[in-house]
Order: sequence, then C-alpha cells, then structure tokens
Amino acid sequence: MNPGPTLQALSPALQELILAAVKVALIIPALQGVFSLMTWIERRVLAFMQFRLGPNRTGPFGLLQPIADGIKLFFKEELMPAAANKWAFLAAPVLAVTTSFLAVAVLPFGPPFKLPTWGFLPEWLQGRDFQFQIATIDVGLLFIFAITALGVYGVVLAGWAANNKYSMLGALRSSAQMFSYELALGLSFVTVIMLAGSFQIGDIVAAQSGGFWRWNCIRQFPAFLVYFIAAAAEVARTPFDLPEGETELVAGFHTEYSSMRFALIQMAEYVNMITVTVLATSLFLGGWHSGIPGVPSEGLLGFVFWGAKVAFLLFVFIWLRGTLPRFRYDQLMHFGWKVLIPVAAVWIFITAAGVALAGW
Amino acid sequence: MDQALFYAAAALAVVSALVVIGQKNPIYSAFALIVTLCSLSVIFGLLGSPFIAALQVIVYAGAIMVLFLFVLMLLNVKSEEDVPSRGGRTLASIAVVLVALLAGQAGFVLWNTTLAPAAAFDASTRRMSAILFSPHFLYVFEATSILILAALVGAVALAKKDA
Repeated sequence: MNPGPTLQALSPALQELILAAVKVALIIPALQGVFSLMTWIERRVLAFMQFRLGPNRTGPFGLLQPIADGIKLFFKEELMPAAANKWAFLAAPVLAVTTSFLAVAVLPFGPPFKLPTWGFLPEWLQGRDFQFQIATIDVGLLFIFAITALGVYGVVLAGWAANNKYSMLGALRSSAQMFSYELALGLSFVTVIMLAGSFQIGDIVAAQSGGFWRWNCIRQFPAFLVYFIAAAAEVARTPFDLPEGETELVAGFHTEYSSMRFALIQMAEYVNMITVTVLATSLFLGGWHSGIPGVPSEGLLGFVFWGAKVAFLLFVFIWLRGTLPRFRYDQLMHFGWKVLIPVAAVWIFITAAGVALAGW
Repeated sequence: MDQALFYAAAALAVVSALVVIGQKNPIYSAFALIVTLCSLSVIFGLLGSPFIAALQVIVYAGAIMVLFLFVLMLLNVKSEEDVPSRGGRTLASIAVVLVALLAGQAGFVLWNTTLAPAAAFDASTRRMSAILFSPHFLYVFEATSILILAALVGAVALAKKDA
C-alpha cells in the first residue's frame, strides 16, 4: 500500500500504456498455454472418436504431452532446403504468428468487471473498470477482418519460400481458398453489425443481452451458419484443410518446416482457431451473457458462461475433424462461391428489410 | 507521438514503393507493395478514419494483393533478366527528361505553398457514409458499383470464350 510518489503521479496516458502492457503480458502467454493444451485435447478427443486412447503416457491422462512435444521439437534440427529462399523462409513463420496474435488485440476475453479496492494493486488501479481486451477501438470487427486478410501471407510465403512443389501447391490452394471464403465471412458480419449498429465487439455483445432468444445465433441463424463454415475454411480446419492435405501434399505449405519453426506455424494455426471461436462467441452466442433471465452474468459467472461457450465451439471444431472427410477442390470452390456467398447476400437483404421496416 | 508515427509510416511507404519498382523478383515486388499499402493505412488511421484504414488493408493489402500473388505463383514468374532492349537508350533519356519535368513541377508547387497541418475534420464512419449516400454522391457511387460489376461480367465472358 505504498506505491511511492512517482507512481501516483502517473499521467492517464501512461496508465493506459501500462494497463495495455499488463494485458498483453497476461493474454499472450495464456493463449500459448491454451494452444499447447489444445494440441493434447485435440489428439485425445479425436482418439476417443476413433476408439483409440490417444497420448496418455506422459503425466496424469497424458496431460504433460504438450511439454514433451515442446521439448522434442526444441531439440530437433532446423532444416532448410538448399534451394529455399532464405529470408522468406525465415520470415514466414514469424509473419504467421505475428498476424495471428495481432488479431487477438481487439477480442474481449470475458466480461468487463471492476478491479477490487484492496490488495497489492497500486492506488490508480483500485476500483477501476477492467476487461481482458487489449485495445477497444471503434472498428474492432473490421480490424480483425483486416488482420485475418493479412494472415494468409504467412502461409503463402511459407509455401513459396520452401521451393518445393508440395509446399507451392499448398500455398496456392490456401490463397485461393482464403480469398474465396473471406467474402462469405465478411458478408456474415454485416447483418450482425446492422442489428447492433456498431463495429465495436462490446456493443454487439451488449445488443444480445436479455435472454438466449436474443442471441444472434438464433436471430441470425443463417449468418451464424455462414460465419461458422467460412471461419472453418479461413483457419483451414477439416473439411477445409486442403492447404495441408497430407494424403496428396505430404503436409502442404509447411512440408519443409521442422523444429521450432514448425511449432510456430502450428501455434499460429491454433491461435487463429481460438480467435474465430472467441469472435463467434461474442458475435453470435451472446458473449458472456447467461441467456437465462434472472441468472446474472456479471463477474466470475460471466467468465464461466463465456469460457463454456468458447470451449464448446473449440470442441465442435475437433468434432468436425473427427467426423467429416475433406472436400474435393472443385467442391470447395463451388460451395464457397455458389452457395455460401449467395446465402449470405440474400440474408443481408432480408435483415436490412427487417431492420428498416419491421424494426428488428 | 502522432508525428513520429506519421513520419515512420510515410518513410516506410516511400521506401517500400521504391522497392516495388526497383525489385527484379515480382514476388518481392508484390510483398513490398503490401508493405506500402499497410503504411498508407496507418496514415489514414492517423488522419482520424479507422474505417478507411481498415478498408485499405482489407481490400487492397488483403484481397487484391492475394490475387496478384496467386497469379504470380500460379504462372511461376521468374525474375526479370537484364536484356538490353532495342532503343533502350532513347527511352531512358526520354524517361530522365520526364522525371526531371515532374520533379520540377512538384518542387514548384511545394515551393509556392505554405504547408500547414490539416484543419480538424470529421472523418468518422458515420460522417463518411452520410456523404457517400447523400443525394450528391449516391448516383455516382451506385454507378461505380455497376461499372465494376460490368467489368467483372466482362472478364468472365472473355475467359469463357475458349472453353
């Protein structure tokens, strides 16, 4: 309780900066933790779906498997093909990880709450409104969309730099797939923005308060469906994992990557997956709202509801991987351009009419 | 702070734009162009319009450049080689004259204007859409959209011809 004179005199701008740095220092490692846990959960759940056991030897239930994997990858040799483009080959994993973590900056992780007025907190922090969201900007949704649009370059650069035909084909597939499904993804946001009247993710969550029938996954079911399918394609999860289809392309764009660079690419993919699920929770599943009138969604309960929704969506992604076969390439293009985009566009017209005439 | 950011973004934009035209490998050029477009987006953001900044990245740095890269990779374009073309010397001297003329004009304009920071203006999303969809610009806006659509249909029709 003795912060000293210099800390008390912090200017508001500096306070904001320190808060942002603290949030970054909390959120990024937490995401890395969730990423390593996800690798284990995915393998275990997939194994159970296929009547296997999965990794269960390292620690209780095999929980230490991610650490073992990390240590193994750390000591592997870092190979680079002789014909690879050196700088592009080195830059690609960094670019992939950077863009995936940049998108996280505007995502809200759980409800806003007031910091306690006791404890070791310096005075200027006590009782302050706080939310695990690094930056609250007016065009939060567009920011995420812009960053995911840049995310494809990590994959494209990785595939091109390796100078390998499988990598190259993977990169080509991934760029074609991502810009096809980005359109549907963008169109699916539009109706949600119309209903909330704001690009801010916090406002969109607030517009869904009051009961589960006000959640956008019910009011905006077609948009939710389009979002979820397009998001699965954006993060290249099964049935859209053609960029790394192992049966035909070895490992696709990251064929030539080994050791920690391989781990970085994996991390970027999992963080992207977490980003789209957290975004889906905020945009369509009512964020941290309980959905049942009378059940409060403030404080710790809000975190519980929010976490349960995110966990469920992550499980659905794994479930899909355990269930569905991979698309054929022409089916992928056909589905994206001739089914998803028209559905999303028609739904925009319906919602616009509803908002303008019926006051939705 | 804003000023430092502006100079950093502006310098990055100019340098990467030079790389775009100076680079022999088209893939490098494409990536440099992405950097240029992103630094322009930072400048839009500093001017108080995060909406245009985001659109700049989504449309140009995102969608259009992915398409460029896709085509470059699909055709597997190799680096240009130094082939001395016929009449290269004449063309080069014309280019030098034109560049000198352009630089002279730019210098003349800059010399005769006093630079002042832009007056505060409202570049918010709401204001922008109000202007874009006002009776003044609505028809232009919609006509442009139809023009782009027509170009799209034309491109598809041309590509289909052989098949």
